[in-house]
Amino acid sequence: MTDDTGARSRPPTHTAWRWALIGLAVAGSAAAFGYVAGWLAPERLTPHRLVNAVAANGGEHAGFRRNHAKGVCVAGRFEASGALAGFSTARLFAAGASTPVVGRFALPGSNPYAADSSVPIRSLALRFDLPDGEQWRTGMNAMAVFPVSTPQAFYALQLATHPDPATGKPDPAKTKAFFASHPETASFLAWVKTAKPSASYATETYRSINAFYLRDAAGDRHAVRWAMVPEQPAEGDGGPAAGDTDYLAADLGKRLAAGPLRWHLQMVFAAPGDAVDDATRVWPDDRRTVDAGTLVLTSSQPQAEGPCRDVNYDPTILPRGIETSDDPLLAARSATYADSYLRRTSEEAHVPGTKHPGEDKR
Amino acid sequence: MSRSDTFHPFARVLHWLMALMILTMLFVGAGIVSTVETKHDWLLAIHKPLGITIFVLALIRLGFRLTHPAPPLPADMPLWQKLAAHASHWLLYALMIALPLIGWGMLSAGNYPVTLGGGLLLPPILPSDPLVFAWLREAHRYLAWLFFLTFLAHMGAALMHGLIRRDGVLQSMTGGRTPD
Repeated sequence: MTDDTGARSRPPTHTAWRWALIGLAVAGSAAAFGYVAGWLAPERLTPHRLVNAVAANGGEHAGFRRNHAKGVCVAGRFEASGALAGFSTARLFAAGASTPVVGRFALPGSNPYAADSSVPIRSLALRFDLPDGEQWRTGMNAMAVFPVSTPQAFYALQLATHPDPATGKPDPAKTKAFFASHPETASFLAWVKTAKPSASYATETYRSINAFYLRDAAGDRHAVRWAMVPEQPAEGDGGPAAGDTDYLAADLGKRLAAGPLRWHLQMVFAAPGDAVDDATRVWPDDRRTVDAGTLVLTSSQPQAEGPCRDVNYDPTILPRGIETSDDPLLAARSATYADSYLRRTSEEAHVPGTKHPGEDKR
Repeated sequence: MSRSDTFHPFARVLHWLMALMILTMLFVGAGIVSTVETKHDWLLAIHKPLGITIFVLALIRLGFRLTHPAPPLPADMPLWQKLAAHASHWLLYALMIALPLIGWGMLSAGNYPVTLGGGLLLPPILPSDPLVFAWLREAHRYLAWLFFLTFLAHMGAALMHGLIRRDGVLQSMTGGRTPD
């Protein structure tokens, strides 16, 4: 360095201030990072806190999903009708396309040992494997609407329905106060009054709940929700035997042994004014509906060793031709599913600091 | 036109451009895992293409660095500081290359499509394996924290050279004239 001795010959003035400036730059950067990462913002609703709240209500069960913990894997294919190809460029909708599907039926809640009759809701998650590595993942629920429209309200709902350690049941006063302060839950409450735990996964209609956009070849987008509507007729062969808590997987296996099960992917188009960003609001029944094709399920596998076990059914993983809407629940689902997925895979991998699967008790 | 006491102009442009990109990347990454708001989705959409861009630029930069030596450190710098300077620079290079690769590898192992936006899709670089996913995902987090700490040390040291020692080391990257 040519001028090195020259620079060193005259010591800098205001040395203390110079050091303070350096300290401020370093500490300021660290603080900004700490704030963004959430360490310096303890009041923020992080994915981790939200998953903790969900898992706390059904108990932490290492190695399992933190929600919809009890389920069964299914496999099959989706056969497009071609009727949706004009509305979405996604290749699984092209006429004649047959797309392999890895799916999972499940019960909501974090308890993998819950009785099938303990909740009136069943869910169906699907991963469509498109050509060239594209995927469509969706998690649907057999319910009309979602109880809340924001992740904050969903978090509050988890806290309000947390089982009281004394009774093992949610405190009715807290639950009542929550619903009273969240009028958007009205549609859900009206629906849930009529809902009964079904005796079969095969007879349920599974809905996207959140809205999405389809993107057509011209670049125009169409707001939609969808429903998987079963070909299987609703009940008729009687419910499960009294005291049977695991009838759903058995029923599914029995039905699949007799032949494939089929659902129609009914794509429902929003009319102007329909809520695209609010999962608590029902769309009227008369909306234009397009039958996009048939989901054909051909086999089921126990989830412990089935191909669905290691799939994170993040509903924001979409192929070209389907896009997320502004519904705030979608980003929250993506963020929390990722947290849950990391928890259970780290538990499987025995990452230090995690519980080993199987150590929990029923 | 490069002088022996400053970095080559191409190296300086790459340095400042990548500094901006990497800092953005570290903050975006920290944001993704700490929010359930809708920004989670667009932060994630930025994170992947930006990471791949940093990876490509880091390879170019490494190649340039190996063929164009850095200006020598001042002769009167204590040995431990020289060692720390060299070690931290190579650590920064290693992290610039390793973190995007680990991110790509972890998405591959998790059987996620590696989407870069606009329909661009990268092929998987590892077979699907949830246990490998878990280890790489944890490595991605801790190495990112190490990256940020190394950045803090790097920035602090650069300011120390510029404000306290005033030995021309900071100017070798800013391109300004050494104070006289």
